[in-house]
Amino acid sequence: MRILIVEDDKEAASYLAKAFREAGHVVDHAADGEEGYDLATSAPYDVLVVDRMLPRRDGLSLISGLRAEGHHTPVLVLSALGQVDDRVTGLRAGGDDYLPKPYAFSELLARVEALGRRPRQREVETSYTVGDLTLDRLSHTVTRSGQEIPLQPREFRLLEYLMQHAGQVVTRTMLLEHVWEYHFDPQTNVIDVHISRLRAKIDKDFDRPLLHTVRGAGYTIRDSGRA
Amino acid sequence: MSEMTATGRLFRTTAIKLALIYLAALTLASGAVLVYLSQNTASVLREQVVDTVDAEISGLADQYRIGGIRALVATVDARSRRPGASLYLVTDFAANQLVGNIEQLDDRVLAGESGELQRVIYTPIGGGPRREALARVFQLSGGFRLLVGRDLQEQQYFRSLLAEAMRFWLFVLAALGLVTWVFVSRRVLKRIDAMTATSRRIMSGDLSERLPVEGSGDEFDRLAIGLNAMLNRIEALMQGLKDVSDNIAHDLKTPLTRMRNRLEEALRSDLSGDSKAREVLETTIDDCDALIRTFNALLRIARVEAGSSDASFDEIDVSELVREVAELYAPVAEDEGGGMELRVTDGLRVSGNRELLVQALINLVENALKYARQDKGEGARVELEARAEGGEVLLGVRDHGPGIPDADKERVLHRFVRLEASRSAPGSGLGLSLVAAVARLHRGRLELDDAQPGLMARLRLPAAGGADGAVPAGGD
Repeated sequence: MRILIVEDDKEAASYLAKAFREAGHVVDHAADGEEGYDLATSAPYDVLVVDRMLPRRDGLSLISGLRAEGHHTPVLVLSALGQVDDRVTGLRAGGDDYLPKPYAFSELLARVEALGRRPRQREVETSYTVGDLTLDRLSHTVTRSGQEIPLQPREFRLLEYLMQHAGQVVTRTMLLEHVWEYHFDPQTNVIDVHISRLRAKIDKDFDRPLLHTVRGAGYTIRDSGRA
Repeated sequence: MSEMTATGRLFRTTAIKLALIYLAALTLASGAVLVYLSQNTASVLREQVVDTVDAEISGLADQYRIGGIRALVATVDARSRRPGASLYLVTDFAANQLVGNIEQLDDRVLAGESGELQRVIYTPIGGGPRREALARVFQLSGGFRLLVGRDLQEQQYFRSLLAEAMRFWLFVLAALGLVTWVFVSRRVLKRIDAMTATSRRIMSGDLSERLPVEGSGDEFDRLAIGLNAMLNRIEALMQGLKDVSDNIAHDLKTPLTRMRNRLEEALRSDLSGDSKAREVLETTIDDCDALIRTFNALLRIARVEAGSSDASFDEIDVSELVREVAELYAPVAEDEGGGMELRVTDGLRVSGNRELLVQALINLVENALKYARQDKGEGARVELEARAEGGEVLLGVRDHGPGIPDADKERVLHRFVRLEASRSAPGSGLGLSLVAAVARLHRGRLELDDAQPGLMARLRLPAAGGADGAVPAGGD
């Protein structure tokens, strides 16, 4: 993926660029809002990572400027302002995701990869398949090896979100945000508990596990059996 | 019906009470003044009459003594022709009128006791209606009688004038009362209502609102201008506070971000497998995260307590909210070998911020789960309830843990307070502070009760659409 980082803090920017490159992406960097706007409008990027507090042009005005110009490149807003209302203003300005500082790079990477993949997948698919597991969005059924697996509505949405991002890492906060629509840091292992219940239903009686835990980051659903 | 409540509201206001009391006092005082005035003038007038009559009688008696009946008749005749003259009558021993300005008189008057002041009805000379007068009859030697009196018409006229004035004054007072009433209800109450409505909107978080100023320079305008100046100051202070916390957030989080980034990078590049170094890095990242969480919680409490003017309020179905939270956490409780009981009344609504209410509920539930765990033997049992109670919505979370000693209940709501028993458990001591701050922002409160065993934490919030919170739609 081609990623543009708009961040004024040099060290943070170079760290991000390095880490994204290690993860296999192409990265450009802009040090202020104006430069970021010029780059974003002149070259095709898959995802923009924009800091909110920027010199010369504020991150939010950069985003709303892009949207007004008809650019729909997904934008992830990075900000020291992490309150709910800040998040709302960030998303209203046209951001697609919002990550408060400080963040874990694994979280940022997971979110950026989820954003980069989204446009091609959005709302077109009526079913997802990973290995022998199939989720049908229209009939609300989940089958594995032709065998129907009954799921609670919330479990269905959990699995749906995971399968939408099959092969990508999905973090706990991403699940909390997209499946439950909550924004907070749980003190308990509440997401792990729900994942382990889901895992018991879709993986337990089958030879090959599809739902994997990614240490220090989150979860991913993929068929690694043949690899 | 709305008319009735409007009138009821009118009666309850201080302004109308004052107006009524003022009106009653004024009526009473002016009535007393009038009565005093009329009685005093009546007695003064009467004394005047008596003095005049007595003076005339003694003068005429002297005339008689000196000049005999001839002189008396001449004098009386002369006097009775003057304009505004007193009443005179002289009779002989057979009660024949000799001279005077009285045409006809009750006979008994002349026959009565000598010297008494009496009220007489007479017809003046030349006819006309009968009139009233005060008079003295005096017996002269030789069987002659002399009557001297004073017509009372003047006094009666004066009394009727006073009565007229009294009636007019009462009418003026009533009109005055009516005008006061209309003024108070139309103008004063309306402006007070407008101010109340505005201040309610300001309290519910919109600090940019200002009280209306009409420009008439009256006391309401002066009050509004003063309060608006205060609001400007408060808004500036709040904005300053927000700016400071934003800057703190930015300036402290940037190094924290760098620190965490570097640790992660070190962890990633260290593939040689020194497990000791790895462990150090991982625990440092954990500490870093704990620091970040505490920091975030503190910032959040500060902003919620500052009235969080930008937290948008919607009408929220809290029954649904409680169910969602229960659904999220029930598996956690079940994994602990316990469970989550739910008693929820449907359709409870409050005006609030969903995110903050969810956060508050989750803090309570996570607390309950944490302390329910300390109860060895059986699993973590957590009870959630939501019900209405007298215009309030009650959200309760109960555990069966050790509870909180009475002496500490107030203290645990303060920041960073953790009880000895929970020192070893993870947490920052900010959870309940945040819940209390969220409750205050929603004009509610957090109550901690002993559930014997365990703690019952109740969030009391004013129900949406309640009588108190509703601003009258239109109308006024």
